[in-house]
Amino acid sequence: MKIIVCVKQVPDTSGKVAVKPDGTLDRASMLTIINPDDLNAVEAALKIKDQTGCEVVAVTMGPPPAEKMLREIIAMGADRAVLISGREFGGSDTFATSQIIAAGIHHMGLNDDDIIMCGRQAIDGDTAQVGPQIAEKLGIPQITYAGDIKVEGKDVIVKRMLEDGFMNIKMKTPCLITCIKELNEPRYMSTFGIFGSYQKPVDVYDYETLKDEPLIDKDTIGLQGSPTNILVSFTPPLKGAGVILEGADKNTANELADILEKKHII
Amino acid sequence: MDFKLTKEQQLAQELFRSFAENEIKPLAHDMDEAEQLDMELLGKMQRYGFFGIPYSKEYGGAGGDNLTYTLCMEEVSKQDASCGITISVHTSLCCACIDMAGTEEQKQKYLRPLVDGTAFGCFGLTEPNAGSDVQGAQTVAVQDGDDWIINGSKIFTTNSAFADTCVVFAVTDKSGPVSRGLTAFIVDLKNTPGVAVQDNIKRMGIRAAQNCIVTYDDVRVSKDRVLGEVNKGFKIAMKALDGGRIGIAAQSVGIAQGAINETIEYVKVREQFGKPIAAFQNTQFKLAEMQTKIDAARLLTWRAATAKDNHEDYSSLAAMAKLFASDVANEVTRMCVQLMGGYGYCREYPVERMMRDAKITEIYEGTSEVMKMVISGGMNLKKK
Amino acid sequence: MDNYNSADISAFKDVWVFCEQREGVIQQTSFELISEGRRLADELGCKLYALVLGDNIEKQAKEAAGYGADGVVLCESPLLKTYTTDGYTKVIVDTVKERKPEVVLFGATYIGRDLGPRCAARLHTGLCADCTHLDVSVPVYQEFLKGASTLTPERIEGTSSAIVMGQQHDVSHDLKMTRPAFGGHLMATIICPRFRPAMATVRPGVMKKAPFDQARADAAEIIRPVINLTEADFETEILAVEKAAKKLVDLIGADYVVSVGRGIAKDVEGGIKLGQQLADELGGVLGGSRVTVDSGWLSADHQVGQTGKTVHPKVYIALGISGAIQHKAGMQDSECIIAVNTNPSAPIFEIADYGIVGDLFKVVPMLIDSIKAVKAAK
Repeated sequence: MKIIVCVKQVPDTSGKVAVKPDGTLDRASMLTIINPDDLNAVEAALKIKDQTGCEVVAVTMGPPPAEKMLREIIAMGADRAVLISGREFGGSDTFATSQIIAAGIHHMGLNDDDIIMCGRQAIDGDTAQVGPQIAEKLGIPQITYAGDIKVEGKDVIVKRMLEDGFMNIKMKTPCLITCIKELNEPRYMSTFGIFGSYQKPVDVYDYETLKDEPLIDKDTIGLQGSPTNILVSFTPPLKGAGVILEGADKNTANELADILEKKHII
Repeated sequence: MDFKLTKEQQLAQELFRSFAENEIKPLAHDMDEAEQLDMELLGKMQRYGFFGIPYSKEYGGAGGDNLTYTLCMEEVSKQDASCGITISVHTSLCCACIDMAGTEEQKQKYLRPLVDGTAFGCFGLTEPNAGSDVQGAQTVAVQDGDDWIINGSKIFTTNSAFADTCVVFAVTDKSGPVSRGLTAFIVDLKNTPGVAVQDNIKRMGIRAAQNCIVTYDDVRVSKDRVLGEVNKGFKIAMKALDGGRIGIAAQSVGIAQGAINETIEYVKVREQFGKPIAAFQNTQFKLAEMQTKIDAARLLTWRAATAKDNHEDYSSLAAMAKLFASDVANEVTRMCVQLMGGYGYCREYPVERMMRDAKITEIYEGTSEVMKMVISGGMNLKKK
Repeated sequence: MDNYNSADISAFKDVWVFCEQREGVIQQTSFELISEGRRLADELGCKLYALVLGDNIEKQAKEAAGYGADGVVLCESPLLKTYTTDGYTKVIVDTVKERKPEVVLFGATYIGRDLGPRCAARLHTGLCADCTHLDVSVPVYQEFLKGASTLTPERIEGTSSAIVMGQQHDVSHDLKMTRPAFGGHLMATIICPRFRPAMATVRPGVMKKAPFDQARADAAEIIRPVINLTEADFETEILAVEKAAKKLVDLIGADYVVSVGRGIAKDVEGGIKLGQQLADELGGVLGGSRVTVDSGWLSADHQVGQTGKTVHPKVYIALGISGAIQHKAGMQDSECIIAVNTNPSAPIFEIADYGIVGDLFKVVPMLIDSIKAVKAAK
């Protein structure tokens, strides 16, 4: 049994978010981190490894520097990693990205008792789409928003969270699970894992590696394979200096409630 | 010459930094006030391998190096010097003795749990009447059949309140100088009749650390607990202290860097005379001087650690690092309190604690005066 | 259906809204989407259908249509009683392939965001997640940009077309799906120019629900597609469905934090209760300044600030908190800060986006009422 954990390197949006004059994100000037929800997926996988001794493989699609993130995950306890990287893959939307990652997983080999784990969503795009779309493209069942995971042989029982409750759902491996932050508290790297992490295998899959995969052709990857296009990206008007709402009366309260509504807070 | 950390060292630094910021920082103030370490926190530090960094994976350690150990000491001490000394005494005094002098069997039995994160260690050398001068040591061990019986008391035994294993030094031959009659013993502190650990000594700084008097009253240990050769303990202690000083130097760097970081955050937002105090040149110049000194201290520390990693003679280098870094830690924390004014003097802000914590770095594991003895001793000053 | 081709744009017509039902009750967000879908259908000059999956759900489906739909695509089967990824995906994909709508909207709920991606991938089309604004009409869209963006008039003018696969593409028939990214620091408008249906999940609570129209509900056309669904189509098995009263939230992860400070001193219990009520109304959590914790009014896990927790929620409401430097350190990076304090020169107002100078015991109850009123009006 192995658990494949899909991870993404993202700009750290908890710090200052830098935007270029053309309205796109200035990724170069921002620190990169492992997408927070993905760490919950890593932790979920490592917990199962702690119990069963299964193999944990981290997979990412990204530029070559993403290797460092994979080493970090190895230092947390993963056994090896795969970096899917290539010019041909650039510009992919969620559809094309999931196509490529699914091809990478297929290339690696998805066995009957394997599980794929993803974070709920990435903090840069916030789409939550790549996980389910990987499952679709591999033709395997999925459970999203996992709040608890139990593995019993080939049966996986997941507490699937809803806004107002939860469902307990059972499925068979191979399958895909997306993890929420309430699922667990991700562990740190350990010094035991760090020393030796650069000797563990990190395979790089480029276009050449994957080009014969059935899911890969030029119409399904990269910009050309992406059904969606960005028409325009922009920044909302700058937040001005603070506003003091005059008078502590009913009108002021209404005014503030209207503001909250306009900001989609209520 | 390459001042760059390796990729693994960089990952380790990230681990230490994020762990210290997220886990240690929120507890540091309360631990100081309570004069108590959070044992759950120490347990986490054990699990993440903070207690076995420079020891071989063969014995359950992390397989890292001494430079990485200094990174750990710095990052941990940036947030809490008490946690720093806890790691340091365990790692570079207790474990170091067993690693350098232990038999294969002793290493498997005693070093393994210490470095794999299941046991804590401490180091019993200093006595009420024997500080910098070991000559006054009064703890004795006498042979009784296949066993040794230890009697005496040790003071300032850091970690002793919770440690499992203590490397204790006792006089076994009074015929000559103590340096030729001292023997090291591995004592199980928790399950040995006659061992008594007193309450934590009330101190000015590193108040959360557990620093107690340990008394040994007819403590019987078997001969397989003798570490190294009988009467050859002094060298073990001195060598361990040489290495320990690298840890204290790194702790000093951490305290200083931690204080300056807190101060920088403060001076950016604190306004006086209509502008943030960071806008005053006095503030800028003071910070510049301090950061330069901290960097110099860090480089001295790294040089000593690298020499140790390369199996070169590092005794003087370690002493220089400790002498300089501990001085910097005191100067910087004092200045940080000054820059923060009244708030800096308040216990709500961490620089007050850091200033108190800094003082001990000039005292333990060899005072600054002892450091100068070590350094000058290596300078060939004897009359020709 | 084998000759289904998602790139044959002209074969697609009408707007569909997937109506999410839980235990036979259609969710509010679906009504919002139907009302929004009405506008889009009018801009496209086509019909709007509510897509309802369930068991014995016709009555509720017709009612949903009363919020603006021309008809209902009704898929009923005992196997569709409760939401499952596999069952719902299969039925929706089959139905879309048969009837070819050009737009399909889902609520960006835990279910919508599970189902949408799966359907889009199987139908080979694009999906835009968690949209907060939708348009078809270019002039209407450009008017929206004028208020919601910092784009220059020239740049806004330029949004009437896009470069798609190296060619100039007129976007006047494309659904323009606008969504925040990076926690709202950046907005993007997404189109799906080469494939249909254009699919979007839409953030709950963003679109306005139209008044219910009984006549429209009564007149709704019912379409019943053939359902080909058997037990064998399911790879997952639902063991239990349960409702939980309490959400899993904590101070650090919370989107909304309402904190109380020294200002509650005159009635600690009442002040905490008010703060909690406001937090509940927003779906957030209660925090406190150092004094509330030091005085034993709140437990330590509530503390925001230098010695407490650092939070950066979407909205931080400071009630009776002066804003000492040590408190600001823990909350100044919040996306929107609202402060209520009796002292007009309290430092908290320097960093607040919105401030009310007044007594929190008077202001907060009014604010709760106003928020309730706004919610009720939706």
